[in-house]
Amino acid sequence: MANSDYGKIAQDGLWNNNPALVQILGLCPLMAVSGTVINGLGLGIATLMTLVLSNVTVSLIRHQIKPDVRIPVFVVVIASIVTAIELAMNAYVHELYLVLGIFIPLIVTNCSVLGRAEAFASKTTPGRAALDGFTMGLGFLVVLVLLGALREALGKGTLFSQAHLMFGEGAKWMTITLVEDYRGFLLAILPPGAFIGLGLLIALKNVIDNRNKQRRAAAATAAVPSLGAGTAA
Amino acid sequence: MTLGKHMMQMALLLGAFAAIGSGLVALTQNATAERIAAEERATLLRNLHSLIPPALHDNDMSKDAIEVTSKALLGTDQPVTVYRARLKGVPVAAILSPVAPDGYSGEIKLLVAIRYDGTIAGVRVVSHKETPGLGDAIEIARSDWIKGFDGRSLINPGDDGWRVKKDGGIFDQFTGATITPRAVVKATHKCLQYFSANRDTLFASPSGGTSNGKQ
Repeated sequence: MANSDYGKIAQDGLWNNNPALVQILGLCPLMAVSGTVINGLGLGIATLMTLVLSNVTVSLIRHQIKPDVRIPVFVVVIASIVTAIELAMNAYVHELYLVLGIFIPLIVTNCSVLGRAEAFASKTTPGRAALDGFTMGLGFLVVLVLLGALREALGKGTLFSQAHLMFGEGAKWMTITLVEDYRGFLLAILPPGAFIGLGLLIALKNVIDNRNKQRRAAAATAAVPSLGAGTAA
Repeated sequence: MTLGKHMMQMALLLGAFAAIGSGLVALTQNATAERIAAEERATLLRNLHSLIPPALHDNDMSKDAIEVTSKALLGTDQPVTVYRARLKGVPVAAILSPVAPDGYSGEIKLLVAIRYDGTIAGVRVVSHKETPGLGDAIEIARSDWIKGFDGRSLINPGDDGWRVKKDGGIFDQFTGATITPRAVVKATHKCLQYFSANRDTLFASPSGGTSNGKQ
Protein backbone atom coordinates (compact mmCIF):
# COMPACT_ATOMS: atom_id res chain seq x y z
CA MET A 1 0.00 0.00 0.00
CA ALA A 2 1.45 3.28 -1.19
CA ASN A 3 0.00 5.39 1.64
CA SER A 4 1.33 3.36 4.52
CA ASP A 5 4.64 3.22 2.66
CA TYR A 6 4.89 7.03 2.64
CA GLY A 7 3.76 7.03 6.26
CA LYS A 8 6.55 4.66 7.18
CA ILE A 9 9.16 6.85 5.38
CA ALA A 10 7.95 9.85 7.37
CA GLN A 11 7.89 7.95 10.65
CA ASP A 12 11.41 6.62 10.06
CA GLY A 13 12.87 10.04 9.34
CA LEU A 14 11.17 11.83 12.22
CA TRP A 15 11.33 9.18 14.91
CA ASN A 16 12.29 5.52 14.39
CA ASN A 17 15.45 6.22 12.40
CA ASN A 18 16.02 9.89 13.34
CA PRO A 19 19.45 10.94 12.01
CA ALA A 20 20.53 12.66 15.22
CA LEU A 21 18.87 10.50 17.89
CA VAL A 22 19.13 7.01 16.38
CA GLN A 23 21.69 7.04 13.59
CA ILE A 24 23.79 9.57 15.58
CA LEU A 25 24.99 11.13 12.31
CA GLY A 26 26.08 14.70 11.64
CA LEU A 27 27.16 15.25 15.23
CA CYS A 28 29.85 17.83 14.45
CA PRO A 29 27.47 20.56 13.24
CA LEU A 30 24.84 19.40 15.72
CA MET A 31 27.18 19.99 18.66
CA ALA A 32 28.79 23.13 17.35
CA VAL A 33 25.79 25.12 16.17
CA SER A 34 23.10 24.20 18.70
CA GLY A 35 24.01 27.01 21.11
CA THR A 36 20.82 28.95 20.37
CA VAL A 37 17.43 28.17 18.81
CA ILE A 38 18.04 30.49 15.85
CA ASN A 39 21.44 29.00 15.00
CA GLY A 40 19.96 25.52 15.18
CA LEU A 41 17.00 26.53 13.03
CA GLY A 42 19.28 28.14 10.43
CA LEU A 43 21.54 25.13 10.06
CA GLY A 44 18.55 22.78 10.26
CA ILE A 45 16.81 24.48 7.33
CA ALA A 46 20.03 24.48 5.27
CA THR A 47 20.54 20.77 5.98
CA LEU A 48 16.90 19.99 5.20
CA MET A 49 17.11 21.77 1.84
CA THR A 50 20.34 19.93 1.04
CA LEU A 51 18.80 16.55 1.91
CA VAL A 52 15.69 17.11 -0.23
CA LEU A 53 17.59 18.46 -3.23
CA SER A 54 20.35 15.85 -3.11
CA ASN A 55 17.88 12.97 -2.61
CA VAL A 56 15.73 14.08 -5.56
CA THR A 57 18.76 14.64 -7.81
CA VAL A 58 20.31 11.29 -6.91
CA SER A 59 16.99 9.56 -7.48
CA LEU A 60 16.54 11.23 -10.89
CA ILE A 61 19.97 10.16 -12.11
CA ARG A 62 19.90 6.71 -10.49
CA HIS A 63 19.60 4.91 -13.86
CA GLN A 64 22.46 6.86 -15.43
CA ILE A 65 25.01 6.24 -12.68
CA LYS A 66 27.22 3.17 -12.82
CA PRO A 67 27.93 1.48 -9.49
CA ASP A 68 31.70 2.00 -9.91
CA VAL A 69 31.51 5.79 -9.79
CA ARG A 70 28.35 6.30 -7.76
CA ILE A 71 30.02 7.60 -4.59
CA PRO A 72 32.12 10.28 -6.36
CA VAL A 73 29.06 11.31 -8.36
CA PHE A 74 26.98 11.60 -5.15
CA VAL A 75 29.71 13.69 -3.56
CA VAL A 76 29.86 16.01 -6.59
CA VAL A 77 26.06 16.39 -6.54
CA ILE A 78 25.95 17.12 -2.80
CA ALA A 79 28.92 19.51 -2.92
CA SER A 80 27.36 21.49 -5.79
CA ILE A 81 24.03 21.77 -3.98
CA VAL A 82 25.63 22.84 -0.70
CA THR A 83 27.78 25.46 -2.44
CA ALA A 84 24.72 26.86 -4.18
CA ILE A 85 22.84 26.99 -0.84
CA GLU A 86 25.83 28.65 0.81
CA LEU A 87 25.92 31.37 -1.86
CA ALA A 88 22.17 31.91 -1.54
CA MET A 89 22.42 32.22 2.27
CA ASN A 90 25.32 34.63 1.93
CA ALA A 91 23.15 36.77 -0.34
CA TYR A 92 19.78 36.60 1.43
CA VAL A 93 20.45 35.95 5.14
CA HIS A 94 23.89 37.50 5.28
CA GLU A 95 24.17 37.96 9.07
CA LEU A 96 23.02 34.45 9.86
CA TYR A 97 25.52 33.26 7.27
CA LEU A 98 28.25 35.12 9.18
CA VAL A 99 27.19 33.44 12.44
CA LEU A 100 26.95 29.90 11.05
CA GLY A 101 30.19 30.41 9.12
CA ILE A 102 32.10 27.25 8.36
CA PHE A 103 29.22 24.94 9.30
CA ILE A 104 27.30 25.61 6.10
CA PRO A 105 30.02 24.28 3.75
CA LEU A 106 30.53 21.47 6.26
CA ILE A 107 27.03 20.17 5.49
CA VAL A 108 28.83 18.38 2.62
CA THR A 109 30.52 16.20 5.21
CA ASN A 110 27.32 15.49 7.14
CA CYS A 111 27.22 11.69 6.79
CA SER A 112 23.45 11.61 6.86
CA VAL A 113 23.30 13.40 3.47
CA LEU A 114 25.56 10.91 1.67
CA GLY A 115 24.01 8.12 3.72
CA ARG A 116 20.47 8.85 2.50
CA ALA A 117 21.69 9.23 -1.10
CA GLU A 118 23.41 5.86 -1.02
CA ALA A 119 21.04 3.86 1.16
CA PHE A 120 17.69 5.21 0.00
CA ALA A 121 17.48 7.78 -2.82
CA SER A 122 19.60 5.83 -5.32
CA LYS A 123 17.14 2.92 -5.14
CA THR A 124 13.78 4.64 -5.30
CA THR A 125 11.51 7.10 -7.08
CA PRO A 126 12.02 10.89 -6.84
CA GLY A 127 8.78 11.34 -4.86
CA ARG A 128 9.74 8.87 -2.17
CA ALA A 129 13.30 10.20 -2.14
CA ALA A 130 12.01 13.75 -1.65
CA LEU A 131 9.78 12.67 1.25
CA ASP A 132 12.66 10.76 2.81
CA GLY A 133 14.97 13.78 2.47
CA PHE A 134 12.32 16.07 3.91
CA THR A 135 11.48 13.94 6.95
CA MET A 136 15.11 13.03 7.68
CA GLY A 137 15.98 16.74 7.39
CA LEU A 138 13.05 17.68 9.59
CA GLY A 139 14.05 15.05 12.15
CA PHE A 140 17.54 16.57 12.23
CA LEU A 141 16.14 20.12 12.37
CA VAL A 142 13.83 19.32 15.29
CA VAL A 143 16.71 17.90 17.32
CA LEU A 144 18.90 20.92 16.48
CA VAL A 145 16.14 23.29 17.60
CA LEU A 146 15.32 21.31 20.76
CA LEU A 147 18.97 21.10 21.74
CA GLY A 148 19.39 24.79 20.90
CA ALA A 149 16.39 25.67 23.06
CA LEU A 150 17.65 23.54 25.95
CA ARG A 151 21.15 25.04 25.84
CA GLU A 152 19.96 28.60 25.28
CA ALA A 153 17.37 28.46 28.08
CA LEU A 154 19.84 26.96 30.57
CA GLY A 155 22.90 28.87 29.40
CA LYS A 156 21.53 32.32 28.71
CA GLY A 157 18.01 32.36 30.11
CA THR A 158 16.51 33.35 26.75
CA LEU A 159 14.81 31.76 23.73
CA PHE A 160 14.96 32.97 20.12
CA SER A 161 17.67 35.52 20.90
CA GLN A 162 19.12 37.11 17.74
CA ALA A 163 15.97 36.24 15.79
CA HIS A 164 16.67 39.30 13.64
CA LEU A 165 19.60 37.45 12.06
CA MET A 166 17.11 35.21 10.30
CA PHE A 167 13.88 37.20 10.08
CA GLY A 168 15.16 40.79 9.83
CA GLU A 169 15.08 43.71 12.28
CA GLY A 170 11.29 43.39 12.73
CA ALA A 171 11.74 40.05 14.50
CA LYS A 172 13.44 41.35 17.65
CA TRP A 173 10.15 40.92 19.53
CA MET A 174 10.50 37.16 19.14
CA THR A 175 13.24 37.00 21.75
CA ILE A 176 11.83 35.63 24.99
CA THR A 177 13.67 36.41 28.19
CA LEU A 178 12.87 33.56 30.56
CA VAL A 179 14.78 34.90 33.55
CA GLU A 180 15.64 38.58 34.00
CA ASP A 181 19.28 39.32 34.88
CA TYR A 182 20.18 35.68 34.43
CA ARG A 183 23.84 35.20 35.27
CA GLY A 184 24.25 32.45 32.69
CA PHE A 185 25.18 28.82 33.05
CA LEU A 186 28.41 28.42 31.12
CA LEU A 187 28.40 24.62 30.94
CA ALA A 188 25.27 24.61 28.80
CA ILE A 189 26.82 26.95 26.21
CA LEU A 190 30.17 25.15 26.00
CA PRO A 191 30.66 21.87 24.06
CA PRO A 192 30.06 19.61 27.12
CA GLY A 193 26.58 21.11 27.35
CA ALA A 194 25.92 19.90 23.81
CA PHE A 195 26.98 16.34 24.64
CA ILE A 196 24.99 16.23 27.87
CA GLY A 197 21.97 17.79 26.19
CA LEU A 198 22.03 15.35 23.28
CA GLY A 199 22.49 12.46 25.73
CA LEU A 200 19.40 13.61 27.63
CA LEU A 201 17.38 13.87 24.40
CA ILE A 202 18.41 10.35 23.32
CA ALA A 203 17.55 9.04 26.79
CA LEU A 204 14.17 10.77 26.63
CA LYS A 205 13.45 9.16 23.25
CA ASN A 206 14.33 5.74 24.64
CA VAL A 207 12.12 6.27 27.69
CA ILE A 208 9.19 7.19 25.42
CA ASP A 209 9.87 4.20 23.15
CA ASN A 210 10.03 1.80 26.12
CA ARG A 211 6.86 3.19 27.64
CA ASN A 212 5.05 2.79 24.32
CA LYS A 213 6.31 -0.76 23.99
CA GLN A 214 5.13 -1.62 27.51
CA ARG A 215 1.78 -0.01 26.88
CA ARG A 216 1.36 -2.00 23.67
CA ALA A 217 2.35 -5.19 25.47
CA ALA A 218 -0.03 -4.38 28.31
CA ALA A 219 -2.80 -3.63 25.82
CA ALA A 220 -2.13 -6.94 24.06
CA THR A 221 -2.36 -8.96 27.28
CA ALA A 222 -5.33 -6.92 28.47
CA ALA A 223 -7.10 -7.50 25.18
CA VAL A 224 -7.34 -11.24 25.76
CA PRO A 225 -9.22 -11.29 29.10
CA SER A 226 -11.38 -8.36 28.03
CA LEU A 227 -12.32 -10.33 24.97
CA GLY A 228 -13.22 -13.26 27.24
CA ALA A 229 -15.14 -10.91 29.54
CA GLY A 230 -16.97 -9.57 26.53
CA THR A 231 -18.18 -12.97 25.46
CA ALA A 232 -19.14 -13.87 29.01
CA ALA A 233 -21.31 -10.77 29.25
CA MET B 1 33.87 -4.46 -22.90
CA THR B 2 37.60 -4.00 -22.45
CA LEU B 3 38.93 -2.56 -19.25
CA GLY B 4 40.24 0.56 -20.98
CA LYS B 5 36.91 1.30 -22.60
CA HIS B 6 35.13 0.75 -19.30
CA MET B 7 37.45 3.15 -17.47
CA MET B 8 36.98 5.73 -20.20
CA GLN B 9 33.22 5.48 -19.90
CA MET B 10 33.33 5.92 -16.13
CA ALA B 11 35.67 8.89 -16.45
CA LEU B 12 33.34 10.53 -18.96
CA LEU B 13 30.33 9.93 -16.71
CA LEU B 14 32.08 11.43 -13.71
CA GLY B 15 33.35 14.31 -15.86
CA ALA B 16 29.85 15.03 -17.10
CA PHE B 17 28.47 15.26 -13.56
CA ALA B 18 31.39 17.43 -12.47
CA ALA B 19 30.63 19.78 -15.38
CA ILE B 20 26.92 19.95 -14.52
CA GLY B 21 27.72 20.56 -10.85
CA SER B 22 30.21 23.31 -11.64
CA GLY B 23 27.68 24.84 -14.01
CA LEU B 24 25.08 24.97 -11.24
CA VAL B 25 27.54 26.61 -8.85
CA ALA B 26 28.66 29.10 -11.51
CA LEU B 27 25.05 30.07 -12.26
CA THR B 28 24.24 30.59 -8.58
CA GLN B 29 27.43 32.54 -8.07
CA ASN B 30 26.58 34.74 -11.01
CA ALA B 31 23.07 35.34 -9.73
CA THR B 32 24.09 36.19 -6.17
CA ALA B 33 27.47 37.95 -6.57
CA GLU B 34 26.01 41.44 -6.74
CA ARG B 35 23.79 40.96 -3.72
CA ILE B 36 26.57 39.38 -1.67
CA ALA B 37 28.90 42.31 -2.44
CA ALA B 38 26.15 44.75 -1.45
CA GLU B 39 25.45 42.87 1.80
CA GLU B 40 29.12 42.77 2.72
CA ARG B 41 29.46 46.49 2.09
CA ALA B 42 26.32 47.23 4.11
CA THR B 43 27.63 45.16 7.02
CA LEU B 44 30.97 46.97 6.87
CA LEU B 45 29.33 50.39 6.70
CA ARG B 46 27.04 49.54 9.62
CA ASN B 47 30.10 48.61 11.68
CA LEU B 48 31.97 51.76 10.65
CA HIS B 49 28.95 53.98 11.31
CA SER B 50 28.51 52.58 14.80
CA LEU B 51 31.89 54.16 15.53
CA ILE B 52 31.81 57.32 13.41
CA PRO B 53 28.15 58.36 12.92
CA PRO B 54 27.17 59.36 9.36
CA ALA B 55 26.49 62.94 10.55
CA LEU B 56 30.18 63.54 11.27
CA HIS B 57 31.48 62.88 7.76
CA ASP B 58 30.35 63.16 4.15
CA ASN B 59 32.60 60.68 2.32
CA ASP B 60 32.03 56.96 1.65
CA MET B 61 34.30 55.42 4.27
CA SER B 62 34.03 51.94 2.82
CA LYS B 63 35.72 53.23 -0.35
CA ASP B 64 38.10 55.80 1.19
CA ALA B 65 40.46 53.16 2.47
CA ILE B 66 44.14 52.25 2.37
CA GLU B 67 46.10 49.24 3.56
CA VAL B 68 49.00 49.49 5.96
CA THR B 69 51.30 46.91 7.50
CA SER B 70 52.94 47.01 10.90
CA LYS B 71 53.52 43.77 12.75
CA ALA B 72 54.83 45.55 15.83
CA LEU B 73 51.97 48.00 16.36
CA LEU B 74 48.98 46.50 14.53
CA GLY B 75 49.52 42.91 15.68
CA THR B 76 49.66 41.13 12.32
CA ASP B 77 52.03 40.85 9.37
CA GLN B 78 49.01 40.96 7.07
CA PRO B 79 47.95 44.33 5.60
CA VAL B 80 45.47 46.15 7.84
CA THR B 81 42.72 48.27 6.32
CA VAL B 82 42.37 51.89 7.42
CA TYR B 83 39.06 53.63 6.63
CA ARG B 84 39.08 57.41 6.63
CA ALA B 85 36.26 59.77 7.51
CA ARG B 86 36.33 63.29 6.08
CA LEU B 87 33.97 66.25 6.17
CA LYS B 88 34.27 68.54 3.12
CA GLY B 89 37.68 66.99 2.49
CA VAL B 90 39.00 67.74 5.99
CA PRO B 91 40.14 64.63 7.93
CA VAL B 92 37.77 63.78 10.79
CA ALA B 93 38.80 60.35 11.98
CA ALA B 94 40.34 57.06 10.91
CA ILE B 95 39.13 53.55 11.65
CA LEU B 96 41.89 50.98 11.84
CA SER B 97 41.39 47.23 12.03
CA PRO B 98 44.28 45.96 14.17
CA VAL B 99 44.61 42.50 15.70
CA ALA B 100 45.27 41.62 19.33
CA PRO B 101 47.48 38.56 18.74
CA ASP B 102 47.61 37.44 22.38
CA GLY B 103 44.01 36.67 23.31
CA TYR B 104 43.23 33.69 25.53
CA SER B 105 42.46 31.55 22.49
CA GLY B 106 43.98 33.16 19.44
CA GLU B 107 43.58 36.45 17.70
CA ILE B 108 41.02 39.11 18.57
CA LYS B 109 40.18 41.31 15.60
CA LEU B 110 39.28 44.89 16.45
CA LEU B 111 38.02 48.06 14.87
CA VAL B 112 39.57 51.14 16.51
CA ALA B 113 38.20 54.55 15.55
CA ILE B 114 40.53 57.45 16.34
CA ARG B 115 39.60 61.09 15.86
CA TYR B 116 42.03 63.40 14.10
CA ASP B 117 43.03 64.89 17.47
CA GLY B 118 44.18 61.46 18.68
CA THR B 119 41.25 60.60 20.99
CA ILE B 120 39.41 57.34 20.62
CA ALA B 121 35.92 57.55 19.16
CA GLY B 122 35.23 53.91 19.88
CA VAL B 123 36.54 50.36 19.83
CA ARG B 124 34.63 47.27 18.68
CA VAL B 125 35.47 43.58 18.53
CA VAL B 126 34.97 42.17 15.05
CA SER B 127 35.79 38.54 15.78
CA HIS B 128 37.29 36.49 18.59
CA LYS B 129 37.40 32.97 20.00
CA GLU B 130 37.47 33.87 23.70
CA THR B 131 35.65 31.77 26.27
CA PRO B 132 31.87 32.31 26.13
CA GLY B 133 30.60 33.77 29.39
CA LEU B 134 34.04 34.94 30.53
CA GLY B 135 36.18 36.58 27.84
CA ASP B 136 33.31 37.47 25.55
CA ALA B 137 32.36 40.45 27.70
CA ILE B 138 34.56 42.41 25.28
CA GLU B 139 31.62 42.26 22.84
CA ILE B 140 29.41 45.33 22.90
CA ALA B 141 26.38 43.05 22.87
CA ARG B 142 27.42 41.53 26.21
CA SER B 143 28.82 44.41 28.24
CA ASP B 144 29.73 48.07 28.08
CA TRP B 145 33.35 47.36 28.94
CA ILE B 146 34.58 48.20 25.45
CA LYS B 147 33.07 51.70 25.78
CA GLY B 148 35.66 52.40 28.48
CA PHE B 149 38.06 53.35 25.69
CA ASP B 150 35.88 56.18 24.40
CA GLY B 151 37.64 59.53 24.70
CA ARG B 152 40.94 57.99 25.81
CA SER B 153 44.21 58.95 24.11
CA LEU B 154 47.96 58.48 24.48
CA ILE B 155 48.07 61.17 27.19
CA ASN B 156 44.78 60.19 28.89
CA PRO B 157 45.91 58.04 30.64
CA GLY B 158 49.68 58.03 30.16
CA ASP B 159 51.66 54.91 29.24
CA ASP B 160 51.39 53.45 32.76
CA GLY B 161 47.62 53.75 32.75
CA TRP B 162 47.17 51.71 29.57
CA ARG B 163 46.90 48.45 31.48
CA VAL B 164 44.20 46.50 33.25
CA LYS B 165 43.76 47.39 36.93
CA LYS B 166 45.43 44.18 38.06
CA ASP B 167 48.61 45.35 36.27
CA GLY B 168 48.39 48.85 37.73
CA GLY B 169 46.43 50.51 34.93
CA ILE B 170 42.98 52.06 34.77
CA PHE B 171 40.98 49.51 32.75
CA ASP B 172 38.80 46.90 34.44
CA GLN B 173 39.48 43.23 33.99
CA PHE B 174 36.67 40.67 34.16
CA THR B 175 36.10 38.18 36.93
CA GLY B 176 37.81 35.03 35.76
CA ALA B 177 39.30 36.55 32.63
CA THR B 178 42.30 38.86 32.70
CA ILE B 179 44.11 37.75 29.56
CA THR B 180 41.36 38.81 27.17
CA PRO B 181 40.96 42.45 28.37
CA ARG B 182 44.74 42.73 28.76
CA ALA B 183 45.17 41.79 25.08
CA VAL B 184 42.53 44.28 23.95
CA VAL B 185 43.96 47.13 26.05
CA LYS B 186 47.45 46.45 24.71
CA ALA B 187 46.32 46.28 21.08
CA THR B 188 44.31 49.51 21.41
CA HIS B 189 47.25 51.30 23.01
CA LYS B 190 49.60 50.19 20.23
CA CYS B 191 47.07 51.19 17.62
CA LEU B 192 47.03 54.72 19.10
CA GLN B 193 50.82 54.79 18.93
CA TYR B 194 50.71 53.77 15.27
CA PHE B 195 48.13 56.46 14.53
CA SER B 196 50.08 59.22 16.25
CA ALA B 197 53.31 58.27 14.43
CA ASN B 198 51.66 58.04 11.00
CA ARG B 199 48.65 60.34 11.16
CA ASP B 200 49.48 62.64 8.29
CA THR B 201 50.56 59.83 5.95
CA LEU B 202 47.38 57.90 6.80
CA PHE B 203 45.14 60.72 5.64
CA ALA B 204 47.31 61.86 2.72
CA SER B 205 47.72 58.48 0.98
CA PRO B 206 45.42 58.08 -2.02
CA SER B 207 42.57 55.55 -1.69
CA GLY B 208 43.46 51.96 -2.46
CA GLY B 209 47.13 52.63 -1.76
CA THR B 210 49.38 50.91 0.73
CA SER B 211 51.84 52.34 3.21
CA ASN B 212 54.24 50.73 5.60
CA GLY B 213 54.43 53.70 7.94
CA LYS B 214 56.79 54.31 10.79
CA GLN B 215 57.02 51.38 13.17
